[in-house]
Amino acid sequence: MNVDVLVIGGGAAGMAAATAAAQAGARTQLLERSLRLGGVLDQCIHPGFGLHRYNAELTGPEFAHRQREELYASGAQVCLGTEVIGVDARARQVRSVSPQGVHTIAPKALVWAAGARERPLGALQVPGSRPSGVYVAGLAQRMVNIHGLLPGRRAVVLGSGDIGLIMARRLHLEGTEVAAVLELKPFAGGLLRNVVQCLDDFGIPLLLEHTVIALHGRRRLEGVTVAAVDGSGRPRPETQAFIEADTLILSVGLIPETELVPFVERDPGNRGPAVNARMQTDCPWVFAAGNCTVIYDLVDTVAASGAVAGEQAAHFALGRMQGLGPDIRLSRGENVAHMVPTSLSPGVPTRLSLRVPQPLGRARVLLAGREIARRPGLRPSEMLEITISHELIAQLDSCPEAKLEVIPL
Amino acid sequence: MTRRRIVCVSCPVGCEINVDIDQGSIVHLEGNRCPRGEDYARQEAVEPKRVLATSVHVAGGTYPLVSVRTSTPVPLERIPDMMEHIKRLTVSAPVRLGQVLDRELLGTQADLVATRDVPQGSPHPACTPPAPAGSRPHVAAD
Ligand code: SF4
Repeated sequence: MNVDVLVIGGGAAGMAAATAAAQAGARTQLLERSLRLGGVLDQCIHPGFGLHRYNAELTGPEFAHRQREELYASGAQVCLGTEVIGVDARARQVRSVSPQGVHTIAPKALVWAAGARERPLGALQVPGSRPSGVYVAGLAQRMVNIHGLLPGRRAVVLGSGDIGLIMARRLHLEGTEVAAVLELKPFAGGLLRNVVQCLDDFGIPLLLEHTVIALHGRRRLEGVTVAAVDGSGRPRPETQAFIEADTLILSVGLIPETELVPFVERDPGNRGPAVNARMQTDCPWVFAAGNCTVIYDLVDTVAASGAVAGEQAAHFALGRMQGLGPDIRLSRGENVAHMVPTSLSPGVPTRLSLRVPQPLGRARVLLAGREIARRPGLRPSEMLEITISHELIAQLDSCPEAKLEVIPL
Repeated sequence: MTRRRIVCVSCPVGCEINVDIDQGSIVHLEGNRCPRGEDYARQEAVEPKRVLATSVHVAGGTYPLVSVRTSTPVPLERIPDMMEHIKRLTVSAPVRLGQVLDRELLGTQADLVATRDVPQGSPHPACTPPAPAGSRPHVAAD
């Protein structure tokens, strides 16, 4: 079989991409290195997914189940247990390995949907010993929800991203005492609903502007020293305190996975590939979608980005891609931390996802000086979704670059 | 009259709803961006309820656990008891998504529902995916 569209990764973005590509008439193949489709959804057993895509509040496994059924109905071919080991940009070839051996595929288009990796302890430069008992939150989640193992008896959670908050509740429910959740910033990293239903509901303290400054313990973690931080994030030694714990859970950020596609241009703010409104990189046959482009906060948006990438990759592969002119690059103005896409494509109506770097009150969003949205309150934990119409993009047509900015009112 | 701030957890927006309560009943409510928020705040003011999601042991399945949720929100203060009850359950594979594993949990109106399929089998299935069609197997060193 000749492959028109090859999708790398069987999580929410990859499944949506392969489904859309197959539905658009492309011969589609999806490679997934684990033995199950669903990616991280499989271990996210809490509800809160699918309000946009399925108009229902689903758990992660339920969301993945629906996506799997759509994928299999689309006719795309799925290869599990198959890990990509190299992408040759010039030859347009992808090499993978499975128990059957090493395979080379030369697809007409590629959708990179490899997700993200968690920032580990090594990225934090915390002094002290290196005992066992330190886990990134996603790993702890996998242990508890897939393997039925408890990581420890008394835990401190560092970082208040959504996974950290969800894990604090999950550990508490399973009988691990959660001493506290620490957050370096003066505001929680995760959604407000998760602060309420994961911490407040169970009386778990959230210590804002606090961090871990030392680990203790020789073989197993025995405790951590924590301290309050000043306005620039530096620990204040006079505030330090010891918390006894055999477990430290890290929820200190996710990094888009792009190791095997180093040849595409990366957006320094998003840390993933720069993509246009088709989710197409600067290497025209390579598309990207999901958390490998930017860290999204909703799986619904991840799946939506996958659907765009899959459909557009199919158009590219089948020689049907239509454009009305060169892409218009977006440049970051004030208060824009993350933005996807990073350029607009004339003729392609666009859903822009945007994240602000700090909480803003009422604010308006400007594109090349024109107001495109106005919101009552913006927080970094919630990406803003803005639909940019055809007409607006047509008005920008002549400029090669347009500034995106968020102005507090 | 007392004023309470209730964060609606019904969707990711997380509206902050201000509720005025006079003699146990809500007299005024503002800040919700949709009608679900009003229902939520009215319930929250009298008896907070949440959907509980956790896992149940599975015997003879490809997973050692099946993820489960309650079919309706349950009283927050009953959740510790429910966890104790659920931890003692074991079901046997196969389990189907949507299957009711326990009815009327501790006398509430909520059933315990499986949120994934767990087929019968060993927890570590043999790894035999189909080879990508049309591709030529190579030795790893080439
Ligand atoms: S009031 Fe409506 S929009 Fe606001 S959090 Fe609740 S469900 Fe969401």
